[in-house]
Amino acid sequence: MAHELENEDPIKLAEFQAKIDAEIKIEPKDWMPEAYRQNLIRQISQHAHSEVIGMQPEGNWVSRAPSLRSKKILMAKIQDEAGHGLYLYCAAETLGVSRDQYIQWLHEGKAKYASVFNYPSPTWADMGAIGWLVDGAAIVNQVSLQRTSYGPYARAMVRICMEESFHQRQGYEIMARLMEGSEAQRKMAQDALDRWWWPSLMMFGPHDSDSAHSSQSMKWKIKRESNDDLRQQFIDKTIPQAELIGLKVPDENAKWNAETNHYETSDIDWDEFWNVIKGNGPCNRHRLAHHIKAHKDGEWVRAAAQAFAMKQNNKLKIA
Amino acid sequence: MNTDLYKYTLRLADNSLILGHRLSEYISCGPFLEEDLALTNTGLDLLGQAEALLKYAAEQNGTVDEDYLAFGREEYEYANFHLVEYPNEDYGYLITRQFLMDVFNVVNYTLLKDSKDAMIASIAAKSLKEVTYHLRRSSEWMIRLGDGTQESHDKIQECVNHLWMYTDEMFDLDEVHERLQKEGIASDLSVIKKQWHAKVDEVFEIATIIKPELPKYSLVYGKDGGHTDFMGYLLAEMQFLKNRFPKEVW
Ligand SMILES: [Fe+2]
Ligand SMILES: [Fe+2]
Repeated sequence: MAHELENEDPIKLAEFQAKIDAEIKIEPKDWMPEAYRQNLIRQISQHAHSEVIGMQPEGNWVSRAPSLRSKKILMAKIQDEAGHGLYLYCAAETLGVSRDQYIQWLHEGKAKYASVFNYPSPTWADMGAIGWLVDGAAIVNQVSLQRTSYGPYARAMVRICMEESFHQRQGYEIMARLMEGSEAQRKMAQDALDRWWWPSLMMFGPHDSDSAHSSQSMKWKIKRESNDDLRQQFIDKTIPQAELIGLKVPDENAKWNAETNHYETSDIDWDEFWNVIKGNGPCNRHRLAHHIKAHKDGEWVRAAAQAFAMKQNNKLKIA
Repeated sequence: MNTDLYKYTLRLADNSLILGHRLSEYISCGPFLEEDLALTNTGLDLLGQAEALLKYAAEQNGTVDEDYLAFGREEYEYANFHLVEYPNEDYGYLITRQFLMDVFNVVNYTLLKDSKDAMIASIAAKSLKEVTYHLRRSSEWMIRLGDGTQESHDKIQECVNHLWMYTDEMFDLDEVHERLQKEGIASDLSVIKKQWHAKVDEVFEIATIIKPELPKYSLVYGKDGGHTDFMGYLLAEMQFLKNRFPKEVW
């Protein structure tokens, strides 16, 4: 680990942990161990990038949305995600790193975003599945993060969670409407669930035993609940929703266990999980290339805005 | 059905629909996140206006709904200006297109809020607040880009030069418009033309953009069902699901 805890002042470290244990939020100006800061820099920026890259698979269908209403709802939803990206970049900037730097790290492959957005969205039903499952999984995670120990991150999560439930509902509504429709529409919906079920379960990350950052993150209350617990919450919530509208999750072993009061499921294909994280998912290259291109194409616009602002400033100084 | 009023309602609706659609295509392509958000906002306003107007048109028509009008018509039945179907070549073209149209919308809706047609008047009044905000944003961008760097100045001047020929259509008076203008339903195009030029001149002067000469334009105007090559591709995409599944509801 680059930032050894042994190098930190033990008294400060103890005070810091005492604050965390007492549920007092850590604020930007407070002392914090370097490893805590680095952990948050990684996690919040990854979260911000995910919101922004996540605009792409849904943006893929906004120009083909089938009704005025669905087009407007989808646009509003993607717009919210852009807003989430903004809140999170602001929270991440309180750690002393600029948005430009974060974007550069993303473009250099040094920062990651949620792997789930490396899957394609071939049909309109994917708009349903993404909202219902991907946003649904994000909510479970983000509700938990409302209690995270870093103040700006926790507050960003509160704002974001207020909007996420609308996202999940609009996705589920798309699926429900398809299931009330023609056979072609029902097939479209089931196929999309088949495509997105496993990737959305993977969103919660590896088993806790295999997670590099889990135990320290739990101790510092950056994470409040384990990957596996959060995943189980999502599974228990989602399988009945699928059944309610006549969909079936693509897992022969999925069944209710009355003793544990939880659904049992098969294990995730972890080879697939690590493969996509390593950059070999169906859309990894394209998602990043799209972001880099938009950023590069906008360079002259940003430069002009900056030059204009400087001219205005100089005029003010002379006047 | 008053066919003049129906045509006029569609002309208004389709300008908002097609421009809103163009902005929806640009999602995740903006020069920075705040601008991406703001453009989507503008697109959403425009689609909201289109929806209200298409509902009104559908009511007049009596046999179709607003989604049919948005997604089900033949290309020659769309009545939008050629300007709004111009593609998102880059941010410069996008914002120039937006500015030229925003000025038109503000001037037009300012007049239309006093239209003798109550529905047009009420949609215009509501839309005016939105397009006024759009115009504020796009004027600021024209000025920033025009008076920003040499590169942005040259770029935006080129966009204005290339899009200028499409502005002629805005002020073209045909029989439909003339009859409705006499009835006090449609806005007075000669007034619009004067006010549009005044506002554009004002912004161009601050932005150090030179107003081009208007070349003679030789295509059938969009409001008469003629379209540029760009429209077919736009519709192929926008109408994709309606074409593939004509009977399904979504
Ligand atoms: Fe989000
Ligand atoms: Fe969301």
